[in-house]
Amino acid sequence: MRNTFAETFYEAGKLDERLCLVVADISPAGAIDRFRTQFPDRFVNTGVAEQIMIGMCAGMALRGLRPFAYTIATFALFRPYEMVRDDLCYQNLPVTVVGIGGGLTYSTLGGTHHAQEDVAIASAIPNMTVIAPCDPAETRLVTGWCTTQQGGPVYLRLGKAGEPDLTGQADEPWRFGRLRYLTRGRDVCILSYGSTVKLAGEVAAHVREQGRSVSLVSVHTLKPLDREGITQALLTHDRVVVIEELAPFGGLGPQVKALAWDAAARCRLDTFALEDAFHHVYGSHGELLSAHGLSREAIVSRLEAT
Amino acid sequence: MKTATVRAGLQTASRGGIDAARRRCLAYRRRILDISQQVSALHVAPAFSCLEIVDTIYHELMRWGADGQSADTFLMSKGHGCMAQYVILEDLGILRTDDLDRYCKAGGRLGAHPDYGVPGIAASTGSLGHGLGMAVGMAYADRLLGADRSVYALLGDGEMQEGSIWEAVMMAANLRLDRLVAFADVNDFQGLGRTSETHPFFYPVPDKAIAFGWEAREVNGHDHRAILDAVRGRSGGRPLLVVCRTIKGKGVSYMENVPIWHYRSPDRAEYQQAIGALREVTS
Repeated sequence: MRNTFAETFYEAGKLDERLCLVVADISPAGAIDRFRTQFPDRFVNTGVAEQIMIGMCAGMALRGLRPFAYTIATFALFRPYEMVRDDLCYQNLPVTVVGIGGGLTYSTLGGTHHAQEDVAIASAIPNMTVIAPCDPAETRLVTGWCTTQQGGPVYLRLGKAGEPDLTGQADEPWRFGRLRYLTRGRDVCILSYGSTVKLAGEVAAHVREQGRSVSLVSVHTLKPLDREGITQALLTHDRVVVIEELAPFGGLGPQVKALAWDAAARCRLDTFALEDAFHHVYGSHGELLSAHGLSREAIVSRLEAT
Repeated sequence: MKTATVRAGLQTASRGGIDAARRRCLAYRRRILDISQQVSALHVAPAFSCLEIVDTIYHELMRWGADGQSADTFLMSKGHGCMAQYVILEDLGILRTDDLDRYCKAGGRLGAHPDYGVPGIAASTGSLGHGLGMAVGMAYADRLLGADRSVYALLGDGEMQEGSIWEAVMMAANLRLDRLVAFADVNDFQGLGRTSETHPFFYPVPDKAIAFGWEAREVNGHDHRAILDAVRGRSGGRPLLVVCRTIKGKGVSYMENVPIWHYRSPDRAEYQQAIGALREVTS
């Protein structure tokens, strides 16, 4: 994902000289290094200083440039939160804040590096758009959109590297602000985004093995949320499942529940998210997700019990 | 990207030298006191401490085109000083009298802190420690774009306790932003008392900036000529900080260095007393 972002940004940067990259001492992936070498003036490293990373992006955007701020998700959003809120969102400036390692991606680095509430916090700010692509191909499309969009600030939640291809056989193209059905079924609909779409796909495979027809959906755009699309999903399936790598408040699950109430949906609805806890455990990304109850086994077990 | 955009015919708004500047600032203080009678709270004293600085920036430093647009940018990082900016923008015809008459009222567009989108306001401020970072971004963008433009930012001394200011100070020097000029309104007052008592190691202020790679000068912040000379006499090649020693509430004796006037509006009797006693500030 990180490399795909870098390649896409580099290609876009060759065409649009307003695109700038402001990083806070993060080691750039391959193509970012090419961007830095080829356009040294449009690459700024503020060092270990995230408030000025966002503040500079705001000032540059006020002059008509299109800067991207780029660092680890916790430091891109939490450390300079008020600069994101006031400088970018209050002034509605076209700056993309790229948070890499969203969720628990940096599994061994401890809670200081886990952005487990990033989507909820970013979504709470007026004017902010929040997007979390699920695989490299979707990252390419999303990044391309971010480089050309005409609106205000965007929080782009990325993983790290090595994500599998999940959308190559997708039933639908990527469209900003719209649900993307990777597969379309009739009985069960699984909604997920970002890093847990892979897990959602494993759950979908299991449900399919049980003889049920399954929709698997990438809800890449968390804000603005495709409320109409979700309502349709709630009304046309007899079971809807939300799986997200996010704190249990302010994310997709609670919003889908609210929409279900508004639509008087009669489907069974189950939501799976991170627990409201800092777990002091280490291991692989999957092992940390498991510690929060996000594993194929745990999800399938709960689904089969109800 | 560097396409030089030096605009022809730019000139400052300067008219009549130092005497005219003092008369202007007397009129601005009157206007601010008048507006204070429309609302229960207005940052009078923070505006009075920085009035000569903001006046110098708008009238003597910023360059204006025949279209009434400035080639340069002023950013009020200590947003609560914005009455000083509003009355000058009114005088320059950028804000309407009607705008100031509806200050902080329903249907008006001027609040107690500057808001981006209002004519003459380069960025939204209010929360302290944001303006200098944005000014750094603007100055860097100007260089990228090859724009002939200076960026002036006004900071408060209390505001300079924000860590974000020092992140910006560091980057401005690292990027050698020689078209960036910051002014520190050192009025020695903040919420809980005198800055010199709570933060005695803040001084001498110019040394801090110099240590971070800036050029710095210290002047009497109520002396137009000294402020102007500090900017015009700079060596260049790096950002400049003009440390302005000021008096909070300057111009109204009973407000000077009295913390309550940070935010309170004078009542009718206090207003009459202030208006009656207002004189030109000579330095």
